[in-house]
Amino acid sequence: MPTSFAAQINSVMAALILLTAFGLLTQRRILGLLNLFAWQGLFLGVSTAIVGYVTGVHHLFISSILTLTLKVVLLPWILYALIRKLNIKKEIETLVNIPGTMLIGIALVIFSYHLTAPVTQLSTLVTKSTLAVALATVMLGLLMMVTRHHAVTQIIGFLAMENGLFFAATSATYGMPMVVELGVALDLLIAAFIFGIFFFHISTTFDSLDVEQMGKLKEGD
Amino acid sequence: MIAYSFTIEAVQVLILLFAAPAFAGWVKTVKCRMQGRTYAGVFQPYRDIARLFAKEVILAENASWIFRVTPYIIFGVTVMIGGIIPLISTDLPFASTADVIALVMLFAIIRFFTALAGMDIGTAFGGMGSSREMTIASLAEPAMLMAIFTVSLASRSTSLTEMVQVIGQGEFILRPSLAFALLAFIMVHLTETGRVPVDNPATHLELTMIHEAMILEYSGRHLALIEWASMMKLFIFSTLGIAVFCPWGIAPSGDFVAILVAFVLLAAKLAVLGVILVLIETGLAKMRLFRLTEYLGSAFLLATLGMLSYFILE
Repeated sequence: MPTSFAAQINSVMAALILLTAFGLLTQRRILGLLNLFAWQGLFLGVSTAIVGYVTGVHHLFISSILTLTLKVVLLPWILYALIRKLNIKKEIETLVNIPGTMLIGIALVIFSYHLTAPVTQLSTLVTKSTLAVALATVMLGLLMMVTRHHAVTQIIGFLAMENGLFFAATSATYGMPMVVELGVALDLLIAAFIFGIFFFHISTTFDSLDVEQMGKLKEGD
Repeated sequence: MIAYSFTIEAVQVLILLFAAPAFAGWVKTVKCRMQGRTYAGVFQPYRDIARLFAKEVILAENASWIFRVTPYIIFGVTVMIGGIIPLISTDLPFASTADVIALVMLFAIIRFFTALAGMDIGTAFGGMGSSREMTIASLAEPAMLMAIFTVSLASRSTSLTEMVQVIGQGEFILRPSLAFALLAFIMVHLTETGRVPVDNPATHLELTMIHEAMILEYSGRHLALIEWASMMKLFIFSTLGIAVFCPWGIAPSGDFVAILVAFVLLAAKLAVLGVILVLIETGLAKMRLFRLTEYLGSAFLLATLGMLSYFILE
């Protein structure tokens, strides 16, 4: 596989990751969100494997396999089990309406393009052009956490942010050291369990996973 | 040589005029087959048009000249658009008169006059249809323009024949920007030609229809012209999509055999496209009118993402 073709496939993967990030922003149904998150993980894993193949940095294969098992299978499965257990069905309400969120999202993509433009000019890596997409994915995940007030959606936003960070590490420096990546993966797994416990407590206390309910916790004025 | 290219231009317009009803009939036939209904065949639209031409025109008492002139304007502008899009050859003398942006504006003229005619008679349904059509158009047009700008960026020209030459004969590159633009274009295509998630072409339920509501008062040869023009619009949007996103096979210039090949390829591409269109229409339910802002918003988003990913990734 010639390098230029691999770079093209990698940018297609980057485009798909960006698309799923926007899909996460606009999707209303919670199961749809989980599916999209799993797809994002899949594209991320494939992109990492391609970068690993082209550059000969072999530990990227391990992180690719780690991504595929953790973000495509394990995390969506844990979240799915949680949703089943807590019996969440209703459509998610957003703070800003969806076309509005899309426009903010586009602005964020342009912003991150401007932010990474100097870095891209200095970089000599095959993956330099995908850095802007990675930063945009982080920002879109953050936007998702801000505009949704359902706990599960916010967690998916958080995990999407982590996807973005992982992608940024791959595109800026061909991945973090193996030890760091393993640590992050373990953290994510533990985090998912802790989220589960928190969800459980929030939903038994408030009878809902809407974090707006937390406002009730303040003392009366 | 000039006579030769003018002949090709004329052949193209003839193809547009006489293949458009067949394409509409093909889409209808496949759709009926897929939904397990009986079908009237590919040539039914020709019979419909002939029947409408034979009928007399009944005008409402308060119809103004706008109402009478509109069918001819719609038909004329549609044929004119057909002269600009490269169907089988890029050797079109007429194509240099208008680029893609002018093309979008020509579609806007059609829409403008249809909406005016819808309101001219003063029935409630006409006005409602016009208002809906303009709402949708104001959302679809930016998405369409954005999608086209993305392709223009990739081919460094807004002239359709240039775009076809650059993309069709250049080196093949995987371009995420074009994929985004294609998705956006398909969404706009479904909107502009009044297909299922937006409007139902077969509906006669007044409260849900958009395009049909505006032309309710037309009859006879006026209706025939409008129906024929809307079949041509479906054909034009489909061939525009082919010319911009899948131009392989469109003959460059002067080669007679290449033009024959291009004609066969065009028929094959249209047949496949018709099936895809039917799959989309059968798989989706008609959307609630107030959800359309989101649908067209995502078309705009996709087109913009296409443009951004051209700058970021290519």
